Amino acid sequence: MIKFLLMVNKQGQIRLSKYYEHIDLAKRASLEVDVIKGCLSRKKEECSFVEYKDYKLVYRQYASLFVMVGVSENENELAVYELVHNFVEVLDKYFSRVIMFNLEKVHVILDEMILNGHIVETNKSRILAPLLVLDKMAES
Amino acid sequence: MSPSVRLQEMIRVIRSARTQCEERGVIQRECAAIRAQFRQADNVGRSHNLAKLLYVHMLGYPAHFGQMECVRLIASPRYSEKRVGYLGAMMLLDEKQDASLLITNSIKNDLSHSNQYVQSLALCTLACMGSAEMCRDLAPEIDRLLRTSNSYIKKKAALCAVHIVRKVPELGELFTTAAHSLLSEKNHGVLHGAVVLITELCEQNPESLAQFRKVVPELVHIMKGLVMSGYSPEHNVAGISDPFLQVRILRLLRILGRNNDTASDAMNDLLAQVATNTDSSKTAGSAVLYETVLTIMDIKSESGLRVLAVNILGRFLLNNDRNIRYISMMSLQKIVQTDHNAVQRHRGTIVDCLKDPDASVKRRALELSLALVSAVNIRSMMKELLLFLSSCPPELRAQAASGIFSAAERYAPSQRWHIDTILHVLTTAGADVRDETVPNLIQLITTANELHSYTVHKLYRALVADISQSLVQVACWCVGEYGDLLLRAECDDTEPVQVTEDDVLDALETVLQSHMSSPATRGFALTATMKLSTRITHNVDRIRSIVSIYGSCIDLELQQRAVEYNALFKKYDHMRAAVLERMPVIDKTSPGHSKGEMTAGPVQERDQTQKQPAVETVSQESTNQASNLLDLLSSSDDAPQSTPAQPHSLDACPTSSSSPEGDLLDLLGGLDLMPAPSLTVYEKNGVTLRLQCDRQMDTGVSITLSASNSTDGDITQFNLQAAVPKCVQLQMKAPSGDVLPARAAGQLTQAILLKNPNKVGLRMRVRVSYCSQGTNYQDTVQIDSFPSVAWQ
Repeated sequence: MIKFLLMVNKQGQIRLSKYYEHIDLAKRASLEVDVIKGCLSRKKEECSFVEYKDYKLVYRQYASLFVMVGVSENENELAVYELVHNFVEVLDKYFSRVIMFNLEKVHVILDEMILNGHIVETNKSRILAPLLVLDKMAES
Repeated sequence: MSPSVRLQEMIRVIRSARTQCEERGVIQRECAAIRAQFRQADNVGRSHNLAKLLYVHMLGYPAHFGQMECVRLIASPRYSEKRVGYLGAMMLLDEKQDASLLITNSIKNDLSHSNQYVQSLALCTLACMGSAEMCRDLAPEIDRLLRTSNSYIKKKAALCAVHIVRKVPELGELFTTAAHSLLSEKNHGVLHGAVVLITELCEQNPESLAQFRKVVPELVHIMKGLVMSGYSPEHNVAGISDPFLQVRILRLLRILGRNNDTASDAMNDLLAQVATNTDSSKTAGSAVLYETVLTIMDIKSESGLRVLAVNILGRFLLNNDRNIRYISMMSLQKIVQTDHNAVQRHRGTIVDCLKDPDASVKRRALELSLALVSAVNIRSMMKELLLFLSSCPPELRAQAASGIFSAAERYAPSQRWHIDTILHVLTTAGADVRDETVPNLIQLITTANELHSYTVHKLYRALVADISQSLVQVACWCVGEYGDLLLRAECDDTEPVQVTEDDVLDALETVLQSHMSSPATRGFALTATMKLSTRITHNVDRIRSIVSIYGSCIDLELQQRAVEYNALFKKYDHMRAAVLERMPVIDKTSPGHSKGEMTAGPVQERDQTQKQPAVETVSQESTNQASNLLDLLSSSDDAPQSTPAQPHSLDACPTSSSSPEGDLLDLLGGLDLMPAPSLTVYEKNGVTLRLQCDRQMDTGVSITLSASNSTDGDITQFNLQAAVPKCVQLQMKAPSGDVLPARAAGQLTQAILLKNPNKVGLRMRVRVSYCSQGTNYQDTVQIDSFPSVAWQ
């Protein structure tokens, strides 16, 4: 199952974090520092899977944003890699411009896609449907 | 900043803060304003405030004062407020907080709300942080929701059921029938949820596993539909229709087919079909193929299918994408023991990957190459490995060196080649080799009688070059033993060097005086100098003077040696020749390889010569002296017997736990797929510590220690420390906690990784310390044998 998901910019500041397994605040901070340091220091030719403690980290870089997912040992890394790409495509479709000012909406999208560490839905239109309904309700 | 301002404004302000101090200031002001707002009973911008608080929490600042606000917002009738309230509940609350109990009622009401989005919110939150009591209360509700007709709700309810089953395994039976019926859905989201639910049920409960085996034909049908269907716009990812669902189903098939012939037979066709029809040019296709390969390897498939799987992995190895190469090497490593021949075919590509710029790929390639070395390909593989050693990153050097040694040990085609290889490794990576290589090499040289002159010539050159400590030690020893051959300057195999006695003594003296020599090296050099006194003719006085200088050395070891050698010169000169004779061939399993100090040697021999001055006893003593010489560097645990890896040679090992290790290695040969047995290693004061081997690789073992507590009170500050023999590397992962709940309500686990490249007998000492009912306890447990493992 997926243990956590982080979105980080190039300077290492966290833009989004979602944990599917409860970790204390203090330990969370050190975990984030370790994970970010590990992934940001990798060069372009290195592969996207890193082993860290008892998680496997799958990370992907999109322009200045890094998306990092920590999964348990028995997950298929390539599938998680694809999931990350799917997630970013959905974000792209919904937010035409810069994402990070609408954090609650990103959380809504993420909750539609991943529930308690497992994938729920991967179809873009179905994920965005409730969000579009919400928007219509808010406008009216 | 006015408190009802929206989240965007606050984020903008925080991001524009230029220093950490400024950011902290902004956040503190914001939090103060939010707290004030929360205290007011009725407020329009409540949801905005909570949203801002959640952002602040994400940045790492404390936000616990928002918990009650979450509860209030969840109970509100407006959707936007509920949304933020539930999000806050997921992020701020967990079952340890008291406030989580307060939302149980709200969740219950919302689960039967008319609006599906509200229901979905409640499901999401329950799945994320539901405690055991909440799950027990709400399980029937979830079961009802699993049977509704709304697929949006059904898929979420399925994953909520997964969480419930994990928290409260007894409720699993409640969901079994519902899970069965969910499989006949069309909606992929629901199917996905159903598959995950069934996977979880099977993992928790072996009876469900037997029950769900009947489902295999249905799963096969669904997969066939996915694979054979044409382009479907809904779930298409890079040409594959719904790879996520395919991967999930394959994983479930793996669990169902393990150890079961009928289920495996039903899957064979499907797996072959998926393997051949999936397009692997994009990552999505490769993901599906990877999962297929793992499934084929784990179930009882026929050999044709296994060959197909290995070929797929071989194709992956040639792929340009680095990720795919890394994945294929990890999988090949798992199967190299069972399907050795199939993997051998791809040896060339694996060896090429040693030159890849990525460090993880290099590491995997190294491990695989070492596993693939065999008697047939030893020469070519060794060439590649030695090339790798000269250019590899420093963290891999020790592993590469020890791997090369064990491979050379097992498959050396000739002794000269063996000695050459070891010397090569010592010159390139001498600093990183283990201490046992020196006695091993010495033992090897003594067995190779014809090569003495060749060896001594090569080593003399190495001594003059003085590259690494191990090399210098071996060189000193050889020069001391075979110095006469060196001086005679006759050698068939290599260019003889014209050395005079003075040159040799100069070289040894340089070693003795050099700052870089360790005390052990100096010991070697001193003994070598002494031995030369019988082998050379002209410079005996020079040797006497060198030796007597060290009679007042600060190092106790050297001083003792020097004094005793001096005594040999003065009082026992008649025995000097006999004592310093050429050494006999050292037996690898000689009993002298135990704790013994160098200084005991000459003292022993002097006493014994006084009693029986016969030549036989002298040669026996020189064996003792030889073995005691070798003890410079061996510890009591790991004698040089550690290197041979075959079970039969390990039986000669004099350590007491040889037979369990022999059996263990026999079991390793036939990789049987039984579930991993666990071994209870400690049981006292109500605390039980169990050891279970998870994974056994060629060079190590990964084990889990789990502790449980059967007393009536909680045990706190539970801590484990472990120690292993010297050449085994130990890596302890973080424990799952340090409190053992009473009456075996829960367990603590800690994973430990043992790397054993020299294949010594695995032993471990674990110290357990805990505090039970006010008293601190501390105990040590010795674990001598490890249970065998299943392939995973």
